[in-house]
Amino acid sequence: MYRIVEKRLLAEGICLMRVEAPRVAASALPGQFVMVRADEKGERIPLTVADYDTVQGTVTIVTQAIGVSTRKICALNVGESLADFAGPLGRPSDFVHETDEALRGRRYLFVAGGVGTAPVYPQVKWLHEHGASVDVIIGAKSSQMLIYTDEMRAVADNLYIATDDGSEGFRGLVTDLIKELVEVRAERYDECVAIGPMIMMKFVARTTKAYSLKTTVSLNALMVDGTGMCGACRVTVGGRTRFTCVDGPEFDAHEVDFDEAMRRQGMYRTLEERANAIAAERAAGHVCRIGLDK
Amino acid sequence: MANRIPRVPVREQNPQVRAANFEEVCLGYSADEAQLEASRCLDCKNPRCVAACPVGIRIPDFIREVLHGNIQAAADIIHLDSSLPSVCGRVCPQETQCEGSCILGIKGEPVAIGKLERFVGDQALDSGMTPAAAPRNGRKVAVIGSGPAGLACASDLARWGYDVKIFEALHRAGGVLVYGIPEFRLPKERIVRREIDNVLHLGVEIETDVIAGRTVTIDQLLDSEGYDAVFIGSGAGLPRFMGIEGENLNGVISANEFLTRVNLMHAHDDEYDTPVFRGRRTVVVGGGNVAMDAVRTAKRLGSEAVIVYRRSEKELPAREEEVHHAREEGIEFRMLTNPVRVIGDDKGSVRAVECVEMTLGEPDASGRRSPVVKEGSEFEIECDVVIMALGTSPNPLIVSTTEGLDADSRGRITADDNGTTSREGVFAGGDAVTGAATVILAMGAGRKAAKAIDEYVRAKYAAKA
Repeated sequence: MYRIVEKRLLAEGICLMRVEAPRVAASALPGQFVMVRADEKGERIPLTVADYDTVQGTVTIVTQAIGVSTRKICALNVGESLADFAGPLGRPSDFVHETDEALRGRRYLFVAGGVGTAPVYPQVKWLHEHGASVDVIIGAKSSQMLIYTDEMRAVADNLYIATDDGSEGFRGLVTDLIKELVEVRAERYDECVAIGPMIMMKFVARTTKAYSLKTTVSLNALMVDGTGMCGACRVTVGGRTRFTCVDGPEFDAHEVDFDEAMRRQGMYRTLEERANAIAAERAAGHVCRIGLDK
Repeated sequence: MANRIPRVPVREQNPQVRAANFEEVCLGYSADEAQLEASRCLDCKNPRCVAACPVGIRIPDFIREVLHGNIQAAADIIHLDSSLPSVCGRVCPQETQCEGSCILGIKGEPVAIGKLERFVGDQALDSGMTPAAAPRNGRKVAVIGSGPAGLACASDLARWGYDVKIFEALHRAGGVLVYGIPEFRLPKERIVRREIDNVLHLGVEIETDVIAGRTVTIDQLLDSEGYDAVFIGSGAGLPRFMGIEGENLNGVISANEFLTRVNLMHAHDDEYDTPVFRGRRTVVVGGGNVAMDAVRTAKRLGSEAVIVYRRSEKELPAREEEVHHAREEGIEFRMLTNPVRVIGDDKGSVRAVECVEMTLGEPDASGRRSPVVKEGSEFEIECDVVIMALGTSPNPLIVSTTEGLDADSRGRITADDNGTTSREGVFAGGDAVTGAATVILAMGAGRKAAKAIDEYVRAKYAAKA
């Protein structure tokens, strides 16, 4: 069991948890993920590491309550425990293998969308601590849905915000902001990293391709075990089938087949909706008498 | 003349009934049936069955005890060589091992050694007798993986006094016994959990949620956690796919994924959160035991279920018993058929598999006649789920993170017959070394490695003294 030592609501439906997991904390690097199971009947779901503290032996995850499993995780409180917290899994971001000399003077542009902002943070922090300069774009529906802005401001050279409704920062999509930075302000970057909803990553990839700007994305594919055993996380990269869990989760954005990845992400959607509906009915005290919940 | 008695048949659940439930197919012997079957054993002076058993169970000795009604004594004899008799009695390919070399089998039917082993194992579990832990010798061994290889290795070492800790990547111990083999062949709570509990009673510890190579490396276990040796029994690895068009459509999954969802995650039970496809028509590609497990599971989830295999029935690598059970349950077999393309609907979900007919040509390297495509024989099989049961390729995680640990060109860890690898203090066995094989071969490899580890650790401390 893995005890929750801190919990904060970052925005509506998005919660941060700091979890006691000393082995994971000791080994985690930016870019990696953990497999989390809320309780004995829960699903194993992959969540990207949002921070780790080797001294305290804790790992931070940020979860958006959208399905049965993520809601179960978000419903837990400080002092309660997650049944499982296995990791770190996946390959760390490529830059962790580079020397400080190589990183010094390099300019990165991070594009973070929604709950994907959380896993961007440890990457920006790492690069900042190793001498690279990093600009960050955070995109959200509205100012209420923005997360991690203070943390990010502390480690980024420049923080840009884009909201769909213009309630904070730039009004529009992150891709418009990228265009503004590159085309209007003539900013030059060596590399771009985009983490967020699949649709956002797809369009960031399309935008940066026009600038021949090397771009990396972190894919949040469906997984069962997360260790290479099931193959549920198959994704086509450069025409080849790769496993997100062992070959990724980070891939060259310009090689990823996003349409396939999005379709595969929704593979169990009808089943999930059914599970959601059943859970809601049960929570409301309804007992199905004609066996539809069986 | 004991051998005049025909082999005692074993009771099974009715095929029509069991095709809709997950209860065990085979019901096992009663005490009387077991005793009668035991009376058929000739108690050979040179028992060929023992030589054919990968872990060398003293078969005539335990059968003699069954004959005399001393079930606990029989269990003690088996436990000298195997910590998982209830598992092995169910899933070993006895027909090619112990029973395959039984003298009685030459003219008639061999002794039902597997069913007797199962009977003894189950009785021992029900009696609640637990093995006693041996005095500790102060030496530490880490075991990677709690599947058959790891459990066998850990059991032997614990009996010899070692402090053994097993590191398991998943949340539950048992490896393929819990995620791979279905409930209807191997009950998880009643059998697997209790046999693993017995291993724990020997003093073995199991830490779950530890992925070797990620959570902790082999080097860290040896250098900073103070283990004298490490045994790697990490299992088979990544599922293979065919590389055909449409293979990433929604509804195409590996047998590993399908079976893990159902067996480990209980996806067929609405109380659990993990979803699984309950197809209307499921096509399983492959002919091994895993293919049989997948197709019979699909059937139990309410789907029509079809096996597609590119060679003929004679070449099916699955155990005869599994094929027989599958047929009884109404599984359709399409032999000499090979998929060439998966066809999707406008939403990207599977609609059909396009197949070709095959004929058998010259024998290939494996000695089996190799299948050849019949030109112009393309046809479609309509289905909404396709399960690929084509075997696995090794997981690179441990080899790529362990200094000086060699693998062959296909990525399997290189180890000799005793499990010795290129890296001092590191031993390996089971599917991680051989590629996908059987539970009992993995257990055999685990036991041999245990012996080699014992010798290695003794020599290490003798040199220091």
